[in-house]
Amino acid sequence: MAQSGNHSVANPAGHDEHEGHHDLEALRMMGFWIFLITDCILFGTLFATYVVLHNNTAGGPTGAELFEMPGVIAETFILLTSSFTSGLAVLSMNRGDRKGLIGWLIVTALLGASFITLEITEFVKLVHEGAAISTSGSWSAFYTLVGTHGLHVSVGLVWMISIMLQLGRHGITSVTRRKVNIISLYWHFLDVVWIFVFTIVYMMGVM
Amino acid sequence: MLDNIKDFASDFFVTGDPLIYGADVAIVLTMIAVVTALTYFKKWKWLWQDWITSVDHKKIGIMYVIASLLMLFRGGMDALLMRTQLAVPNMEFLSPEHYNAIFTTHGVIMILFMAMPLMFGLFNLVIPLQIGARDVAYPFLNSLSFWLFFFGAMLFNVSFVIGGSPDAGWLSYPPLSELSHSPGVGQDFYIWGIQISGIGSLMTGINFIVTILKMRAPGMKLMKMPMFTWSVLSSCLTIILAFPILTVTLALLFIDRYLGAHFFTLDSGGNPMMYINLIWMWGHPEVYIVVLPAFGIFSEIAATFSKKRLFGYKSMVFALMSISLFSFFTWAHHFFTMGSGADVNAFFAITTMLIAIPTGVKVFNWLFTMFRGKLSFPTPMMWMLGFIPCFVVGGMTGVLLSVAPADFQFHNSYFLIAHFHQVLIGGVAFGYFAGLYYWWPKVFGFKLNEKIGKWAFWLWNIGFYVCFMPQYFLGLMGMTRRVSSYGWDKGWYELNLTSTIGGFLMGIGFLFQVWQILHSIKFMEKDTTGDPWGGRTLEWSIPSPAPMYNFATVPRVSEKDAWWEEKQRIAQGLAPTPKPQLEPIHMPKNSGIPFIMSACFFVAGFGFVFDWLWMAIPGLVGVAACMLYHSFNYNTDYYIPVDEIKRTEAAAGRAV
Repeated sequence: MAQSGNHSVANPAGHDEHEGHHDLEALRMMGFWIFLITDCILFGTLFATYVVLHNNTAGGPTGAELFEMPGVIAETFILLTSSFTSGLAVLSMNRGDRKGLIGWLIVTALLGASFITLEITEFVKLVHEGAAISTSGSWSAFYTLVGTHGLHVSVGLVWMISIMLQLGRHGITSVTRRKVNIISLYWHFLDVVWIFVFTIVYMMGVM
Repeated sequence: MLDNIKDFASDFFVTGDPLIYGADVAIVLTMIAVVTALTYFKKWKWLWQDWITSVDHKKIGIMYVIASLLMLFRGGMDALLMRTQLAVPNMEFLSPEHYNAIFTTHGVIMILFMAMPLMFGLFNLVIPLQIGARDVAYPFLNSLSFWLFFFGAMLFNVSFVIGGSPDAGWLSYPPLSELSHSPGVGQDFYIWGIQISGIGSLMTGINFIVTILKMRAPGMKLMKMPMFTWSVLSSCLTIILAFPILTVTLALLFIDRYLGAHFFTLDSGGNPMMYINLIWMWGHPEVYIVVLPAFGIFSEIAATFSKKRLFGYKSMVFALMSISLFSFFTWAHHFFTMGSGADVNAFFAITTMLIAIPTGVKVFNWLFTMFRGKLSFPTPMMWMLGFIPCFVVGGMTGVLLSVAPADFQFHNSYFLIAHFHQVLIGGVAFGYFAGLYYWWPKVFGFKLNEKIGKWAFWLWNIGFYVCFMPQYFLGLMGMTRRVSSYGWDKGWYELNLTSTIGGFLMGIGFLFQVWQILHSIKFMEKDTTGDPWGGRTLEWSIPSPAPMYNFATVPRVSEKDAWWEEKQRIAQGLAPTPKPQLEPIHMPKNSGIPFIMSACFFVAGFGFVFDWLWMAIPGLVGVAACMLYHSFNYNTDYYIPVDEIKRTEAAAGRAV
């Protein structure tokens, strides 16, 4: 059955994948990979900015003084676990288990939400300790880099919820399958970015 | 109350300059005229259904071209205003502040809102036809890209009459562009206008990479692609690697201005040179992004009008791809004077010189393509011939600039201005004009008047040299860029006046092009063959203008220049390649979401410019709502039945 594209119209020719009718879901998957390349460059630029500016504290507080590693390590493990559960969601989908799929997506989203909550708590605390985005070039770079990652995770959460609703409505079709694959890819990508944030910003910051 | 409104209006609208009041009146009159015409001729529905919501790459391409020609007019007016101010010493035509605003908007508009959209227009008009595809990979995203560009450009242009134009140069170097030195809203218009259209450019890059890699006709291997397609691929690869850097750089500048951060400020640990490095990491690849497709266009034209296969196909591909790679390793040559030391400067000087090698390879390939060909010289070929000497000279002055020690003398002088105008006008503008003339019959189904076209060509070409050759000498005589006035004692008068005359010659050339289009619409000479130039590639195998599904049956390709080879076979009396049976064609449905979502972006951008969160937040919510609406919409395509294809093909005089 042709399920090419975001559509549910039956193909009147009654057969799949004929000449000139490209597999739209595969096309979209490839486009997302290329989007991830652009996102890599985006984070790369932010990392470069952080590396250049992180010593410019202008006499203000430094990361080494203010970072509290236990919270950051908790965030890290929560996000790593959520990456694992998003993988479990895809495995459930491949078995055709819609309930398992939506269940694991819910777990992933909850873990993502607790990551964001911890991050916001950390930011609020840092601001109270006198390290705001306007304090120095170093903190500007810190908030922008870590905040951009957090913004990505938050967008991913809204996106994941919308996909769960679509799964509830349409079940596992070629369209929703592609969407789940893409959000899971995105989630793993954010996990990888976080590993770099953890290493370059936090670990190298306190060492 | 009334006083409050008055205060607000005098801040909100740009006041005080008679030129601006004239523009205000012109804008209001034009808008009234457009609205009246659309209402009188009952065209609103047509505009919405056939154009604004269209996801057809051919229509999107036409909209890009129209918008970019309007922007060419505005950027050109800016240029002529500047040249008028500089025509004689101590001129009091533009105030220095106004002059600053005009050179800023001239640069931004010409690169980002003229060259880029004209390039995307040509991508859209040509690429799917050239590779035997029915549309781009993501038609919806394509429409969104166009409308993001459109609303970004509108946001930037509106600064002219509302709030005040940006005036910190086309790349807005900090600290001048920081809140401390540019407290007005002009700089925020700059950031948001470019940011919004930049997102569109990035998506176009992704779209065309996937289109070219995945949607070619069966049998068209990578090394059998037309050269224009190769050039678009190399340009798009450069886009996806360069544009994210621009997005970040402008975002950081905005965070500085809006949240008081210290990325590029002079105090609290900011580093303005960081911005200059970042913006050129995008900016230098950007000039290759716009020139690479021009190289592709010239390759097509050289082969077609020499009736020969392109010379050195493989070396051409290699040259294109190596330029898009090297373009990322030359950025520091824009500021050898930064003081990064001899080693760094030597590295960037050498990488810059290296780029001359593949470029030289290309020039020789074009020359050898023409060598012993059956040459003919219609307008596209004229632009090609005008381009070669112009670009060679421009390229060689570029090599002079790349010599780091010498650059300390050339830096920011009129020598530099002359150089980059020579490669951008002689390379990019001539290239896109050539492309427009070449593909015009395919797009619109009628030919452009050759005679007026040749007048336009000569006016542009002579005007170009009259305008920019004197500027090399002015630069060597010490005239720096961005000066709004100079004294009689400098000895720059004669050369500047000459340059101004050249500028106006190009302006007249543009008027000739407008006349050419209007004249050709009136005395329409229809292209009934679909192949008016004796073309070589697949776009010439279908009727002009192309039917909405492009190809009734998807062509099969077995060699380079597929359509030329097919014509040769038929001329030899061999049977044409048999066509497969017609089948229903799968097409995407039109959508109003791209327009609405981009309008929401405009609202959000406008809100951020004036720091009106009550406006910015609903704008962003609108953007998110549009995305979700589209994600939940599963009814986005349909099929064209075989009967309809038969009717369309018969109407175009094609047997099926």
